[in-house]
Amino acid sequence: MFISITYAISVFLVCVVLYPLIFVVSASFSDPDLVLSGKVVLLPKGFTLKPYAMVFENEEIWMGYLNTVIYTVLGTFINVVMTILLAYPLSRHDMPLRKPITLMIVFTMYFEGGMIPTYLLVRQLGLYDTIWAMIIPTAISTYNFIVAKSFFESSIPKELYESAEIDGCSDIRTLGQIVIPLSPAIIAVLALYYAVDTWNSYFNALIYLQNEKLFPLQIILRNILLLGQTEQMGSNDVGMGEKIKMAEAIKYSAIVISSLPILCVYPFIQKYFVKGVMIGAVKG
Amino acid sequence: MKQKLYQRIWKKRDLFLLLLIPVTWYIVFKYIPMYGVQLAFKRYNPALGITRSPWVGLKYFKQFFHSYYFWDLLWNTLSLSLYQMLIGFPLPIFLALMVNEIHLRFFQKFVQNVTYIPHFLSTVVVVSMLNLFCDPIYGIFNKFLGLLGMAAVDYMAKPGAFQTLYVFSNVWQNMGFNSIIYIAVLSSLNQDMYEAATIDGCSRFKQILYISFPELLPTIMILFVMRVGSLMNVGFEKVLLMQNPVNMSRSNIIATFVYTNGIQKGEFSYSTAIGLFNSVINFILLFGANRFSKKLTGSSLW
Repeated sequence: MFISITYAISVFLVCVVLYPLIFVVSASFSDPDLVLSGKVVLLPKGFTLKPYAMVFENEEIWMGYLNTVIYTVLGTFINVVMTILLAYPLSRHDMPLRKPITLMIVFTMYFEGGMIPTYLLVRQLGLYDTIWAMIIPTAISTYNFIVAKSFFESSIPKELYESAEIDGCSDIRTLGQIVIPLSPAIIAVLALYYAVDTWNSYFNALIYLQNEKLFPLQIILRNILLLGQTEQMGSNDVGMGEKIKMAEAIKYSAIVISSLPILCVYPFIQKYFVKGVMIGAVKG
Repeated sequence: MKQKLYQRIWKKRDLFLLLLIPVTWYIVFKYIPMYGVQLAFKRYNPALGITRSPWVGLKYFKQFFHSYYFWDLLWNTLSLSLYQMLIGFPLPIFLALMVNEIHLRFFQKFVQNVTYIPHFLSTVVVVSMLNLFCDPIYGIFNKFLGLLGMAAVDYMAKPGAFQTLYVFSNVWQNMGFNSIIYIAVLSSLNQDMYEAATIDGCSRFKQILYISFPELLPTIMILFVMRVGSLMNVGFEKVLLMQNPVNMSRSNIIATFVYTNGIQKGEFSYSTAIGLFNSVINFILLFGANRFSKKLTGSSLW
């Protein structure tokens, strides 16, 4: 009895989580007329690739895609390097002033200057409306720093540092030749956390960017999906009703295309995410 | 023999060299904005900069407290956050306890992996999906309600529906991911306890009540403290996307007000003051919750 209730609820839950996702994918492959009239319920009806063709013709989306890829690759690289540079020294037990420096960093999780002072700072530093505004203000996440630090503390034994020191290996070389080769898991976790964050973020672009050529994908999506800026799409010889229909139809395919990269790698990376949460929880 | 501090630092100068760039980053991007908080007590003049702008004391705080929208903003922020906490906090625990009861290995993994997926969608995508589903003419949600004989309603434009849509779409997106930590704790428990309980005739349900749940409690308390400490930090990026002129009466919260008033209208000092008010309340709540948890269960953040 108890077991069957458990399974029933689980199956129900899986359906509730999956249904919206399946619906969006199905709708994106279906004839827009059938989607709008509510004929598409679960599987695609009137299979067509037309909405995708229209999204692919849209230059804005391509540019946004390219920008997001650049921000994600460059940003993630800087994120990971900075986080390791910070976490490695502070994870070492023989590091002087370790406690106060760590405290100073963790404090920023609980209290911060807020949106406006940060915004004015970014403007003053001349980052406003450049690609660096997408990368430098988010260079380190304190939560990820804690994850990296607890990983180094728990997985690299003190004795290793001591023997490296006796062998005359400098602390910087120890990082490159001992610590990093021992930590592929944490590097993967950090890179994935940061990459997903950058890929999905829109707010910094909203406040720091004005030049449309720099807009990341999420801003373009917001303009198309939420503000309904789809006038430029579709040829001009179709009627108004047709236009509205296509505007609705491409929304589903735009969602699919923008989420595809993350959902494609998801099966391979999910164990790392789980690992990250668990490492973070040790100290959290 | 104990070395002097500067001797120890000199010996580890390599490590300090590594710290140089990231610590500078923290000073510039975290501590300089904290210094910039004084803007809340000054009348900002771009030509003079933050430091030399004239002091005005508590003028902006008074202006905010006396404004006609103060109570609305505060209430919208707090009620949304409490609603979110009430629904969003216990459900992952419930899910974890349930997943722990599934003994078919592959099905257990399947439930976990499926419920994690939405976490990786962007806020823009989730809000767009809400918009599409709730569309009064084309939305699938209204089509379903139509089948049940209910009239189509544009839920995105209905102030009363805003909070519910916000909270439940959050649950959909994050319940699975937030349960990971509880599942990890449960799977690390010693299985002998359950065996012994079974032999003593303890039912599965009672095992949850007397073994699983108590074992989770310290983790629950820590996460609860952190949650309370960010009570005023509602996921405002999502709120901002869900906002429209019609639902503003419920969807305007302190953080979105800081954005529209500060960044869009350029009232920097006034908005900084409002933002500071928000952070201070958070900080007090965090301290209070931590105290409370320490006294009650012995687990605390620091």
